[in-house]
Amino acid sequence: MMWSLLGVFIVIVGFILRFNPLIVVTVAGLATGIVAHLPLTKILAQFGTSFVTNRYMSLFILILPVIGLMERYGLKEQAEALIGKVKAATTGRLLILYLLLRELSSALGLTSLGGHAQMVRPLVAPMAEGAAKAKFGPISDATQYEIRAHSAAVDNIGLFFGEDIFIAIGAILLMKGFFDQLNIPVTPMGMAMWGIPTAITAFIVHSVRLVLLDRKLAREYPVPPKLEPLANTKNSGQGGLD
Amino acid sequence: MILSLNMIYILTGIILVVVSFLSFRDRQNPRRWTTGSFWGLYAVTFLFGQQISPVYMGGIVLVIVALAGFGGVRLGNYDERPRTERLKRASKLRNWVFLPTLLIPTITVIGTIVLNKTKIGGIPLLDPKNVTLVSLGVAGLIALIMALIITKDTPQRAINEGRRLMDAIGWAAILPQMLATLGALFAAGGVGLAISKIVTSVIPVHNTFAVVVAYCVGMALFTMIMGNAFAAFPVMTAGIAVPLLIQMHGASANTIAALGMFSGYCGTLMTPMAANFNIVPAALLDLPDKYQVIKVQLPTALILLTANIFFMYFLALGGH
Repeated sequence: MMWSLLGVFIVIVGFILRFNPLIVVTVAGLATGIVAHLPLTKILAQFGTSFVTNRYMSLFILILPVIGLMERYGLKEQAEALIGKVKAATTGRLLILYLLLRELSSALGLTSLGGHAQMVRPLVAPMAEGAAKAKFGPISDATQYEIRAHSAAVDNIGLFFGEDIFIAIGAILLMKGFFDQLNIPVTPMGMAMWGIPTAITAFIVHSVRLVLLDRKLAREYPVPPKLEPLANTKNSGQGGLD
Repeated sequence: MILSLNMIYILTGIILVVVSFLSFRDRQNPRRWTTGSFWGLYAVTFLFGQQISPVYMGGIVLVIVALAGFGGVRLGNYDERPRTERLKRASKLRNWVFLPTLLIPTITVIGTIVLNKTKIGGIPLLDPKNVTLVSLGVAGLIALIMALIITKDTPQRAINEGRRLMDAIGWAAILPQMLATLGALFAAGGVGLAISKIVTSVIPVHNTFAVVVAYCVGMALFTMIMGNAFAAFPVMTAGIAVPLLIQMHGASANTIAALGMFSGYCGTLMTPMAANFNIVPAALLDLPDKYQVIKVQLPTALILLTANIFFMYFLALGGH
């Protein structure tokens, strides 16, 4: 019984030791199959079948030529320029707005109005970076990476905590099917409704974190006080120097 | 159906074949043969997934893993434009540059909610079981055509720019599919049962709050191991929530279900096993630390998991 956990053990140790995840996962799969006494051909067939069945997960590849080509024509630069014109825009505020839109549209079942390849890489991340650059001037690589990671996180959090509010989403249907088998009464409407407190909490908690991100950026990049033109400052009485 | 998911896979496969050839020809890539073979074999899984028998496909998958896992996929030369040139182009195209990108989600949504039941001559237009995925594929194709019109550039250039992004993603591209495989092997090997047995053996069943904590944290942990809350839900709910919360304490199943699944999602935010949400985006955004998205999500996930526990205790069980 406990031998079946060998694969889990390999995964945890492999990730902690930072081996290549692909190798870790494959070795864990082979090990799990072997300790479950599956014949090698069966394990291989399982690898083949699952890989083919789950090709849909990698369909984002299809849209990379579009994103790549438009980047060549200044997609990121234009996104940065556009956000730079909005005076009130900050990295945090922009990401809060995207979080709100992502969560609301997911709650209406429109989960495909977002995504890392579709929205984050071409638009959200460049705009979030652009907002910081417009405000603080050049930013360090570390700051850029942090802003990008936040952009990806916002997409995930908005999606996850929005989609279960929609009654026809996969998660709700899965739970309905599960409880129906056990003859325990549940309704999609009821499950969706009881998700709302967490959905709202998620928005508030993460928005606060994004406000804190804004503050952190403001601390790291203090805006220099606006310098008066030199001609005027010359005779403006620099007190103690006389 | 007129447009099937398999057609979208074939389209993806064709792009990957071109990427593979471009990689073979890229002399500035120090590992151009392994890089090209990786994308080429990956193309085979898209083009002939239905035809090749699962055992042979398993063999191909292991070769793909070896190529990518041992550093065989490297960056090459993509004839990138310098920033000044891109700025010049941006000021020329201005906001038109956004159009192809914005078309992708727009067309996907139109396909999903407007054309999902459209029939032409009695045959459904879009594969009814995979409306969203087929819509995404069609959206990608239309957006590509629009991008070529706007930029007046060539399809080959577009795929070469796509190759720039694909090589940057590298091994992470196939990690989600490998994790799904691992999930299937875990299920076949009885891993779920073993874990739910461990969890149920350590919780004090009469302390309702402790049971709620065990269920929510269990959902999060199990999701972190499996990389998927859907895999964790039936096991943990059947093992803990149904006998100890719903049947023993009369908790509302609707509330338990909603909050249990959300606890699982908190786990999804914290695990590299949910690679398509956490690792692929890190690669896609050129982050040197592939765990940075997870690190950013960690505080929110932990706070929400705690909130879920209290919501469940008070909303589903009335606080006793």
